[in-house]
Amino acid sequence: MSNTATDTAPLLETRALRVTYGTPAGPVSVVREVDLAIRRSEFLGIVGESGSGKSQLLLALLGLSAPGARLTGSIRYAGTELIGAGDAALNRIRGDRIAMIFQDPMTALNPYLSVGVQISEVLELHRGLARAAALRRAAELLDAVQISDARRRLAQYPHELSGGMRQRVMIAMALACEPEILLADEPTTALDVTVQAQILALLRELRARTGTAVVLVTHDLGIVAELADRIAVMYAGRFVEEAPAETLFAASHHPYTEALKRSIPRIDAPLPERMASIPGNPPNPAELPPGCAFAPRCGFSEARCLGAVPLLRALGPQHRSACWRDAHE
Amino acid sequence: MSLRHGLWQDAWRRLRRNRAALASGVLLIAILCAALLLPLLSPYSYYAPDWDHLIEPPAFRGWHFLGTDALGRDLLVRTLWGCRISLLVGIAASLVTVTIGVLWGTIAGYVGGRVDALMMRSVDVLYSVPFIPFVIVLTVLFGRDLLLIFIAIGAVSWLDIARIVRGQTLALRNREFIEAARVAGVGTPAMILRHLVPNLIGIVIIYATLTIPTVILFEAFLSFLGLGVQSPMTSLGSLVAEGAGRMQSYPHLLLVPAVFLAAIVYAFNYLGDGLRDALDPRDR
Repeated sequence: MSNTATDTAPLLETRALRVTYGTPAGPVSVVREVDLAIRRSEFLGIVGESGSGKSQLLLALLGLSAPGARLTGSIRYAGTELIGAGDAALNRIRGDRIAMIFQDPMTALNPYLSVGVQISEVLELHRGLARAAALRRAAELLDAVQISDARRRLAQYPHELSGGMRQRVMIAMALACEPEILLADEPTTALDVTVQAQILALLRELRARTGTAVVLVTHDLGIVAELADRIAVMYAGRFVEEAPAETLFAASHHPYTEALKRSIPRIDAPLPERMASIPGNPPNPAELPPGCAFAPRCGFSEARCLGAVPLLRALGPQHRSACWRDAHE
Repeated sequence: MSLRHGLWQDAWRRLRRNRAALASGVLLIAILCAALLLPLLSPYSYYAPDWDHLIEPPAFRGWHFLGTDALGRDLLVRTLWGCRISLLVGIAASLVTVTIGVLWGTIAGYVGGRVDALMMRSVDVLYSVPFIPFVIVLTVLFGRDLLLIFIAIGAVSWLDIARIVRGQTLALRNREFIEAARVAGVGTPAMILRHLVPNLIGIVIIYATLTIPTVILFEAFLSFLGLGVQSPMTSLGSLVAEGAGRMQSYPHLLLVPAVFLAAIVYAFNYLGDGLRDALDPRDR
């Protein structure tokens, strides 16, 4: 499937995307020079620590950065530039062609509106359906996300549903208009492990059935390892390595990716005395070093790492990494 | 196919279970019906004196059930007319207040930025306008009119609710479900009306039920200054004011309108409380 996917032009493409916030201490960039391409029906994982800019990246794609953000570079969707596009234009895309689900289903549903009303709102908005037709479709959608007794659920309010159920409702809402891209911002972080597995299985199944491209943002390498076709590793606002999932696990190049992989506990190895961790702290985006942002925590850092930011270099088909170690020539 | 119960049907179902609120609602409807119908059935009018029965206490022998005032006017009929005026002023002015206040506050809070600054500074300016001179100017310009009372009261009392609602909106704006709605492509008007306002209902209803009695008393105050309802037309407020002057010799002149006024104010408070609970879907 990866072959056919690479042949088609990307649905959504960013070029040198940078998101900058003005702060009292001067401008701070939380997303830096990101080149992202999302192709039809692919499953892309974006992995990074808290504060690496992964959520900011997703929000920027939909023009939902907090007020005061400055976006530079380009975000193109279906031939249209989204940076600087008006709310009216963005509202036609949001929820219709590109949908998003959130980390905490407990807070992402309106407590005052019944589930049915919330799902049908999307359909009324983008498909122009009347309430009755929208509700019929909403019941089908709840069936599709494996919520039993869908018709009765429509009349219920979010507080009457469990966390896993609410995340299913969020997914049903997101899929209501059969979007081309589903952005998922840590969709399982707030859920129990067993429910996590169910939600991830559901995402995989829906992707296979509807052909929606999924972008899954997470800090858990284990989750994307199972689901993603392609993985991008993010550090301090930049993509530091990008590769097909198998390649990333078999032959990753970037020291940060290596370190992340080492920090996953293994079930088939004896438990180490201490869990492996990456020394140091994630960098503050306001005080990044002039060179490679990972250099202060990196075991391989040399003089040139401190001097200039390494750029992404192709290491193979679809495999790119940003490390001075790979710049032999 | 339709939802068996939307927000309002649900609320109604829950309200019916709240005895105090239900009783208050029934009482208000009863007073309203009485105020609209009884004066038509009574042989007496609110203005014509009955020279044979000047200032009589309540009696169940004759036709003046609740007695008459110093000019021989039937107190029951006058009180019911007073209820009419007071309920009209109270409900209409509160509706004006709540509508303007909620829209002003949510728009300022949700849109934010310069719009917010501009809208809230104009609220500050209006706050600083002294009320009584403002009403006097209005009366000079437009003459005495019941409509004027609505405008005058509405124009000052929406300021508080606009501020409160703006504060609540600021808190709601950063909640994830508002962001989720934005992600779903919901535009600003739908966001305000469908997503923000229902979440504000609790505070708005409490505020509205507090506003109705305040407005009724306010109207009494204006009438007392000669700016409100003019004699022989009357309102509960002016009846209470008249009755208070003679309460030592003829307590019924104070008691009758005071009991109606208290009943209305109490009923609105209970009903508002019940509505607030009933409209919160988390409260079953």
